[in-house]
Amino acid sequence: MTIQFNDESFRDDYTFHNSDWAIKRFPFPFHEDSYMYSVNMEQHRGGPEGSVYEMRFDVDEHYVSEMKDRAMVLDQDPLRCQSLPHMTLAGWDLLELIMVSKSEDYPELFELHRNGNQWRWINKPLGIDHSFTFMDETTLPYGPMEYITRQAQGDFAVLDQRDEMLWMDAGMVTTQADWSLDFDIGMNFFEWHAPVPKAHEMGIFQRALKFLLNIQQGAPARRLNWTMTVNPLLDTSPENYHKWGIQKTTLTPENIAHKQHLRVELQTFFRLPRSNALVFPIRCYLCSFQDLMTVPKWGRRLHRVIRDLPEELATYKGFIDNRPMMLDYLSQFDDGLPTSPGIWPDLETEPPLSK
Amino acid sequence: MSGAEKIQAKVTEITPLNELVTRFRFERIDGGQLPTFSGGAHTVVEMQDGGITRLNPYSLMSDPFDQSSYTISVRRDDEGRGGSLFMHRQVKLGDEMTISYPVNLFSLDLRARKHLFLAGGIGITPFLAQIKQLELLHGHWELHYACRNHALASYADQLTDRHPNETHLYYDDQNQQIDLENLLSGQPLGTHVYVCGPKGMIDWVRNTAAAEGWPEDCVHYEEFLAPQPGKPFEVRLAASDKVVHVGENESLLEAIEREGVDAPYLCRGGACGQCETVVLDHDGNFVHRDHWLTDEEKASGKKIMPCVSRFEGKSLVLDR
Repeated sequence: MTIQFNDESFRDDYTFHNSDWAIKRFPFPFHEDSYMYSVNMEQHRGGPEGSVYEMRFDVDEHYVSEMKDRAMVLDQDPLRCQSLPHMTLAGWDLLELIMVSKSEDYPELFELHRNGNQWRWINKPLGIDHSFTFMDETTLPYGPMEYITRQAQGDFAVLDQRDEMLWMDAGMVTTQADWSLDFDIGMNFFEWHAPVPKAHEMGIFQRALKFLLNIQQGAPARRLNWTMTVNPLLDTSPENYHKWGIQKTTLTPENIAHKQHLRVELQTFFRLPRSNALVFPIRCYLCSFQDLMTVPKWGRRLHRVIRDLPEELATYKGFIDNRPMMLDYLSQFDDGLPTSPGIWPDLETEPPLSK
Repeated sequence: MSGAEKIQAKVTEITPLNELVTRFRFERIDGGQLPTFSGGAHTVVEMQDGGITRLNPYSLMSDPFDQSSYTISVRRDDEGRGGSLFMHRQVKLGDEMTISYPVNLFSLDLRARKHLFLAGGIGITPFLAQIKQLELLHGHWELHYACRNHALASYADQLTDRHPNETHLYYDDQNQQIDLENLLSGQPLGTHVYVCGPKGMIDWVRNTAAAEGWPEDCVHYEEFLAPQPGKPFEVRLAASDKVVHVGENESLLEAIEREGVDAPYLCRGGACGQCETVVLDHDGNFVHRDHWLTDEEKASGKKIMPCVSRFEGKSLVLDR
């Protein structure tokens, strides 16, 4: 399949848009009509053809524009990319993982030619053809992690594993749901999750940590997470809250259909072989309410999930004030019919809206 | 499926090193490349020994970045349950065996300014891979390696040849002993110490380091326990509704697997915590041998690590 890359923006005039193809493959995160935290992990070994689960690192129509947006963020704030000195080896691990995966999964877009440590990397969508020496930083324009994550969609947290604990010791974070690498750098798993309500009491993080510490080479895992974003902003960082936070107040019944976006993170976890570190790619997918409503099952379900979500979670996810307006809009798409289990759109089998 | 991912390999080299230790080289059957790994990782080797499937962990000692083959060194244990004897006596050149992807429970702390390695006997093997990794990364390291005598000091000559300034050898038969207190107190700030060897050596290093005020997270150790034989006992597996007899020469974990019950594991040596199992009921005494459970957990009688621990008494019911 050939991907047509969009020319679009995630700021100012917000020309971001999803094609019909992108809507149908959107990773809708609710497998039933309600939501509560869980350590909803599964193995990351492919998935249905064309789905965001199919490849190790999904490349879609937003790739080129997302990489341009990342470059703009880094230009204004270089601290969005940091790597503590002991994490360089993990950076090489990550570069190798992404280059090998993308060249195998998308041979028409990416090529990797290796002769010992002499590597040639061809990235056709971004127009890169670069020869370098693997494990020799002086042959790259950036450190290995920064080099490759300027060419890969999604944020990347690279976690060192020591003393039965994970440490946020490197990362590239420009498309985040309101957390800061610069603030979290060097923190351990419990420290950087401290702001999350309820989950600590539920023992979620103890179980999640135990699971993550035991992720082994060759056996990556994945889960979905979600929040809400007004306007298709990739960079909803604390550093820029003064720019995007205020936009939440611009939502009106007239513009909510195209302004309000469901923001879904496809989180994956890979053990890195040479460093024994863990990389945590966090890939952000955005979809407007009006596009989501083209799938009848998702329309019914999103209304029920948002309506029944505990107040703490709606507050933590930052949409408590806009929830009544969201429900007014979403209720038009809920006719009370039952929904099929699972996250898939089921367009052929689910009935159209009957109201 | 339990354990790490599997690799179909064949034995392409068997090299006896001395009276007790033999080295085995594995390559992929399909001729492909093996995964790179980090120094300190082990692989679990599956042995089809008569009717018994043995799964023993061995440290990978080859260059972690060399994807053409893996090597391990196996010390023959005549008193053990038979895994090392199987490797020494049954495994032949060209044999096909299943090995696991590398798993690392003894990795380098890459923040260290200096890595101080303390090896006892066959405990040298993880350090061989770590040394190769540090040489590539231009790391700063030093090795102190204690053995019974020169004849049994696997790889000592090779280490001395290649790294004369970093390698320090100690032979019991010459009454040489690591001067641990002075060695530790003379280390520069930012040094991490790693010990692999018999239990007595590990305890000695940990206790001495603690007494000298070393932070716990700068002291790393790996001790794989081989499951020990013991009296046979019966166990009821409540979730799968089975009664299993654990024989004298098999571990509780092996007996559970023999009955077709899938139980999680990684190291099979009491270190990683993966096989932790809830005890629903018991009448008798546990023989806890793992490094995983706390003393309180062991005393509580509510948990057991079936890879190395056993039970003596009337009845045991597990949540498996």
